Amino acid sequence: MAEPIRELALCGITKRFPGVLACDRVSLLVRRGEVHALVGENGAGKSTLMNVLAGLYQPDEGRILVNGAPVHFRTPADACARGVGMVHQHFMLVPSMTVAENVALGLSSLHRRLRLDLEKARRRVAEVSDRYHLPAEPDAPVWQLSVGEQQRVELVKTLCLGARLLVLDEPTSALTPQETDDLLERLKRLAAELPVVFISHKLAEVKALSHRVTILRRGAVVFSGDTAGKSTAELAALLTGHEVRPVRNEAASGDGAVVLAVRELKIRADRGHLAVDGLSLEVRAGEIVGLAGVSGNGQRELSDALAGLRPVEGGSIRLDGEELAGEPPRRIIERGMGYVPEDRHQEGIVPSFSVKENLVLKDVAAPPFSAGPFLRLRAIEEHAAALRDRFDIRCASTAVAAGALSGGNIQKVILARELSRRPRALLAAYPTRGVDLGATEFIHGQLLALRASGAAVLLVSEELEELMALSDRIAVVYRGRILDVVPGREATRERLGRLMAGVEA
Amino acid sequence: MIHDVLALGVPFSVGLLLAALGENFNQRAGVFNLGCEGVMSVGAFLGFLPSYLFATSPLLPWAPAVGFALAAAVGLCLGLLFALVTVAFRAPQGIAGIGLQMLGWGVAGTIFRHFIGGVVGIPGVAAWPIPVLSRIPFLGDVLFRHDPVVYLAFLFVPASAWLIHRTPWGLRVRAVGTHPRAADTLGIGVARVRTEALALGGAMAGLGGAYLSLCQARMFADDLVAGRGFVAVALVYFGRWSPLGIMGGALLFSLAQALQLALQVAGIKFPYEFAVMLPYALVVIVLALAGRSRMLGPAALGRPYDRETRV
Amino acid sequence: MLWVVSVVALAGLAAAALSSLVLLAIGASPWATFVTIFTGPLRDSFTASEIGVRAVPLVLVALGTAVAFRSGVLNIGAEGQMLLGILACTAVALNAPGLPWPVLLPLTLLAGALAGAAWGAIAGWLRARLEVNEILSTVMLNYIAAQLYTFLLRGPMIDPDELMTGSGTPQSMRLPRGAWLSRLVPGTRLHTGLLLALSLAFLVWVLLWRTTLGYRLRAAGAEPRAARYAGIRVERSLVIAMLVAGAMAGLAGAVEVVGVHHRAIEAISGGYGFAGIVVALFGGLHPAGIVPAAAFFGLMLVGADMTQRSAGVPANMVLVLEGLIILAIVSAGMFVRNPYAQERTARLVRRLFSKGPPAPVAAAGPAAEGDP
Repeated sequence: MAEPIRELALCGITKRFPGVLACDRVSLLVRRGEVHALVGENGAGKSTLMNVLAGLYQPDEGRILVNGAPVHFRTPADACARGVGMVHQHFMLVPSMTVAENVALGLSSLHRRLRLDLEKARRRVAEVSDRYHLPAEPDAPVWQLSVGEQQRVELVKTLCLGARLLVLDEPTSALTPQETDDLLERLKRLAAELPVVFISHKLAEVKALSHRVTILRRGAVVFSGDTAGKSTAELAALLTGHEVRPVRNEAASGDGAVVLAVRELKIRADRGHLAVDGLSLEVRAGEIVGLAGVSGNGQRELSDALAGLRPVEGGSIRLDGEELAGEPPRRIIERGMGYVPEDRHQEGIVPSFSVKENLVLKDVAAPPFSAGPFLRLRAIEEHAAALRDRFDIRCASTAVAAGALSGGNIQKVILARELSRRPRALLAAYPTRGVDLGATEFIHGQLLALRASGAAVLLVSEELEELMALSDRIAVVYRGRILDVVPGREATRERLGRLMAGVEA
Repeated sequence: MIHDVLALGVPFSVGLLLAALGENFNQRAGVFNLGCEGVMSVGAFLGFLPSYLFATSPLLPWAPAVGFALAAAVGLCLGLLFALVTVAFRAPQGIAGIGLQMLGWGVAGTIFRHFIGGVVGIPGVAAWPIPVLSRIPFLGDVLFRHDPVVYLAFLFVPASAWLIHRTPWGLRVRAVGTHPRAADTLGIGVARVRTEALALGGAMAGLGGAYLSLCQARMFADDLVAGRGFVAVALVYFGRWSPLGIMGGALLFSLAQALQLALQVAGIKFPYEFAVMLPYALVVIVLALAGRSRMLGPAALGRPYDRETRV
Repeated sequence: MLWVVSVVALAGLAAAALSSLVLLAIGASPWATFVTIFTGPLRDSFTASEIGVRAVPLVLVALGTAVAFRSGVLNIGAEGQMLLGILACTAVALNAPGLPWPVLLPLTLLAGALAGAAWGAIAGWLRARLEVNEILSTVMLNYIAAQLYTFLLRGPMIDPDELMTGSGTPQSMRLPRGAWLSRLVPGTRLHTGLLLALSLAFLVWVLLWRTTLGYRLRAAGAEPRAARYAGIRVERSLVIAMLVAGAMAGLAGAVEVVGVHHRAIEAISGGYGFAGIVVALFGGLHPAGIVPAAAFFGLMLVGADMTQRSAGVPANMVLVLEGLIILAIVSAGMFVRNPYAQERTARLVRRLFSKGPPAPVAAAGPAAEGDP
């Protein structure tokens, strides 16, 4: 077991990736007994910095000091051995194994050569569970646990492996408000025993939990000090470098006709159970309906079915009265359904194709982009140039591979393509995830403009602030059905949180 | 006739079984090695070589053991070569596998043709009937009257299951094949585990090939392996990455081959070529039936792992 | 640029070095062998023309392979598809001898292409509908095709003369003159199939980069999920790609029959099926690269034949070279395309050439409070 860490200092860490300066002489100091928040927009360098600390990346310059002595982590094993325990945003748990096996994986060096000693792992899990009040069942297979439970398991695992310092990367991104509060409580208790660093872009949590905060912008530190001294607004301003005026949906919602009507939809998940079980939802022309819910409650299956990529077992999906359930994607696209997918890199664009080729991905087979079997390169070129201007897509030229653009710009390419087709209804799944604030503002503006033009927008998101700011109505999905639909003006964090956890209004 | 088919089919499956069990380690760790065929070719040649060289020397009784050892050693090296290309260089595994296959095939064929070139028989390995059990009517012939390598190969089925599920190394292999990043953050060297698995897989493919030339055909020819290496890879999918399932698949394939021979011996008129075709067609059918099961396999199978890729 | 050149050079050297090891093992001189392989054919106009003869089927198979690979289907079944093409072409030619050549010749070529396409479609369908790994299925189909070929050639399709004279060489009857491709250069075996191959190279380029079908094939191959979301029918694209690839391989087989041998014989496919894949990779899966790559490999194949006769290096050596070239290309490709690899190598080189680990930058302590 490593010796306790009283103090950890990162001094002047610089890390470069091809074409990007991810960390620029960043310094950070954490002491035992305090929770230190590391804040920054997506792409500001927070995760990179923590990955350097965890031994996953090698810094180009700078060093790490533990209790005053310099250390060099060449591999994650070195960092683990010294007591750095990292809980990643995307869980590092092998889903097909049990909790004990996952812990045993990290304890490999302690086993006798040939026999796998799961008993030892089980005992360790029980010990840590009791000591830190983090209930975890050693023999439960991870894939059966809920997101909140998995996160607890990650914490337990990290502590079992002898962590003397905890780093949590966006720990609350997939939790309901209640689970978030619960987690923050536990972290406060843990902080008494070990230093805790937590990375977040959610300023409310930062204010609630941390004693000190370091703010990164474009890879460099712009502020480091006590949290108590700054208000959320001041922190937000430091975060973005300018005054933040969030885009809000202020216009009165129209009484448009129902454009998208989903009734009693039933969809089976890969694992065999009904992921969507009798879901009914309506989106009218000129309105934004937000879909809130903990991920894993059927959003994925619903989105896929709306795009025509998943068979529907029962119920109907109607767009302007026409039945779309079970139709192939081609027809659904022709009927006027637009889609901004969750995974922009693999579902939204073909990364190796150029920007201009991606902009015609859905329409390439018809005029003006093709004449007979042949492509009309000139038309494609002009179309791309026009969209690039209109949507402010930052790229060297439209012949650049789309995969090389930043997250925000890729999202703009996707939006440009979808919006220029003037869809009747748009399904936007997590459109601002991993996108910096500037691009987020732009995307929100575009969604509101689409709403104003009379289209129906279904916005799936895990950011309650975003949903509350943009939606006319917010539907909460739980276990595959809509539990309730709350008008935007009446939506509060508490009320949505209760619904997301399955508590009926 | 069933008796003959079974008695032949069991030893026929050994070459396949050894190679497939080795490939199972590869795939559990997330890598599929289509070069198995080439490694088996080299193994077959090296298994044959000592018996040929020692033909008139007093060292002849040692020749099979030397052959197996040589085949395993070189197979291990070829596994390491494949690891270099697919793990260290992160090249696409499918094409790299075909490259390795051509290389192995070519090397074995070139050296054989240059130095030997004809059909040369070797004594092979004698059968060791197990004392009491081999006298059981019917089952005795089928199960207990084979050369020692057959017994060892079948013993390796539970042994490899134990290796995968009950040892720390096996735990690491499974983690690396399912969620390499998780393993990496825990300090487990993904590249190292994959290389170890590929080395073991290569050694076993070499052994499988050596069995074919030493014990089964008792000679060597260019096309001795005849696609069994590819069949071995297919068997791993078919057997759902479980040694028992793989054994079942190997027996199925070799029973089909044994059937072909038994039909000929029995004088049943069946065009020779169609009989030879049968096992390959069977593999295609088997693949068709097993196709969807890919979801149950190691989640990271076929994808090179790069720690520094921005997640 | 320097990076690309040095990587490619290193890969080439590695391949050469490893093949030299094999050559040394059989007692041949690596230098002499390489010289024979790469310069031997150029010394004589006949052997030089043979390069063209070998290149024709290589170009065709490689073009089909390129279409398949770019569409996301790894077709290794060119060998089997060629054999089917040969069978179909021979069968058609022998059964319609009276037709005039403007009809017979295209008909036989078409038959070859269709048969190859059908054989390829089996694997394509298995992949599209049942998610069967196409590498395994096409390899199995190769073996099945080989058996079928032998069966037909020794049985129903054997030249009746062979049976009468009792020599029993498995080969079909000679094709009627109407189904022969004429010689381009008298005195050599170089035939008009070369023109066909070159025009198809152009057509494949047009297909992939100038038509909507080609766009969709490439999208399906580059990122099938995004293609699906965009309404492209990925499964259909896979099957189309296999049809094209199979047709090209079948055509290659037919061309070999009507252009070179004028009958179906036993060792006809000559490994072109596998060599064509290597040519495709070497040519960067692009017609502009495939044509010169095919010439290069043609050179290698003729040269390897020469070394067999002169230096006693068995023809299998070609397989060794091909295998090493594949390994070298895929390894080099990863280095060239991966920006991180460049970074890491640069770091490694720096570390090797400096004494010990880089001295840590003496930075100031933790950040001061409230920096603007």
